[in-house]
Amino acid sequence: MSLFPYLVAAWIALVGLYGLVTSRHLVHQILCLVVLQSSTYVLLLAVGFKTGGIAPYFSDVSGRPVTVDPVVQALVLTDIVVEVAVTSLLLGLAVRAHRRFGSVDPEELRQLRG
Amino acid sequence: MILSDATFRPPTTAWAGQLLEVVLLVLVAAAATLVVLTRRPQRQVVVLSGYGLLLSLLFFALQAPDVTLSEMTVGAVVLPLVVLLTISKLKMQPGREEEKK
Amino acid sequence: MRPERRLLFFVAAAAGFAAFLVWGLTGLPAFGHYRGPYGYLIDRLTVHYTHATGLVSAVNFFFRGFDTVGEEFILFVAATGLATVMRGLREEENEVSGGEAVSAGVSVPRTSDGVRTLALLLTGPTLLIGWWLTTHAQTDPSGGFQGGAVMATAVVLIYLAGEYLKLRRADPIVVTDSVEAVGAAGFAIVGLFGLVAGGTYLAEVLPLGKHIGAVNAGGTIPLISLCVGVEVMAAFLLVVSEFLGQTLVLKGALDS
Repeated sequence: MSLFPYLVAAWIALVGLYGLVTSRHLVHQILCLVVLQSSTYVLLLAVGFKTGGIAPYFSDVSGRPVTVDPVVQALVLTDIVVEVAVTSLLLGLAVRAHRRFGSVDPEELRQLRG
Repeated sequence: MILSDATFRPPTTAWAGQLLEVVLLVLVAAAATLVVLTRRPQRQVVVLSGYGLLLSLLFFALQAPDVTLSEMTVGAVVLPLVVLLTISKLKMQPGREEEKK
Repeated sequence: MRPERRLLFFVAAAAGFAAFLVWGLTGLPAFGHYRGPYGYLIDRLTVHYTHATGLVSAVNFFFRGFDTVGEEFILFVAATGLATVMRGLREEENEVSGGEAVSAGVSVPRTSDGVRTLALLLTGPTLLIGWWLTTHAQTDPSGGFQGGAVMATAVVLIYLAGEYLKLRRADPIVVTDSVEAVGAAGFAIVGLFGLVAGGTYLAEVLPLGKHIGAVNAGGTIPLISLCVGVEVMAAFLLVVSEFLGQTLVLKGALDS
């Protein structure tokens, strides 16, 4: 259990990479990138987790409760929002590429460039 | 003084929470694999939003309610919507396949 | 490179990458045994410095506020980039479909009454939840990032109800563009006030509030959260309108 969550994050990253490399459709490829990025959420939150810790919100400040690390949560929070914006930009570029080359297959796009 | 907390020892009776975490981690890993192996984008979007929901459940189990909210709205609403619109846009554009016919 | 050879190449490279990754991960503290000072420091310092009890928002909008300005501008630039990429396309399509005539009176596929009613009924509550989330960053698991996304969802529900063309008369792209700029600039300006009044960028210049954990506590945190919420909402809406507007224009052109 001490290593398992990290290994899950590594697995998600590798699966996402595999999808990126073998994809034959630009939209599929972009969604594989989303999967690859989601591995960072799992890794960050796993690093900041304390067994028995509570969410970092104090309802009673006198008790000094043990909370999980709020810093990694703040990082993941902004990460998710930025992910959407960047994914949308990539999808827009995919639409343009399809318009220009008439195909969404990355293999064919490369052939057309030459 | 502040750093003295670094000797924090987790309670030993946390096995129920750990079981939940392990189950969710396994589900998330399986769902990620499924997202990548689903090759048709139309179907992949649905799988992706399911993956987003599983991720947000995992975040909740990891004591991150705010990240849960973010992932839920983004993974289950905004991202699938934008991808679906992209797919319908790609369908309406004349592609090479249509020109060949 | 042929697909089979590429896969072989990937498997070899990925095996090496995985080995290094796992080797690195074994060096981390065991899961659940968090070490490292930052989490503990934030636990102890937040209430004293900000009177806010939501630590995540305090980190985002106070301790690493300057960093969040950068993140916010990533969002801004990505949305602007998308608008630039799509704008050229939109002009091409307007030539094809006869320009503004299309958006004036096109027959968009009818939305069923059930979907319309449900979507319109849900709009109000969704907007309320988004607003609540945006304005309670200092006390609860919420903040501008989530609240903005939820508020954008509320407007998307109006689109879903088939009212997009009515909204389109107000030119949603111009409106959301301006709102997005206001949100992004608001955050930067709050920071400048800190520079003028407090000596450093994003310095705390507002009263922290008498009661720890009250809704009016947290100094600049609620204000920044509101700016971020407006920015995120507008950016998401801009993204959706860019895709949606063109899809509807194309559909209308195909139908007529």
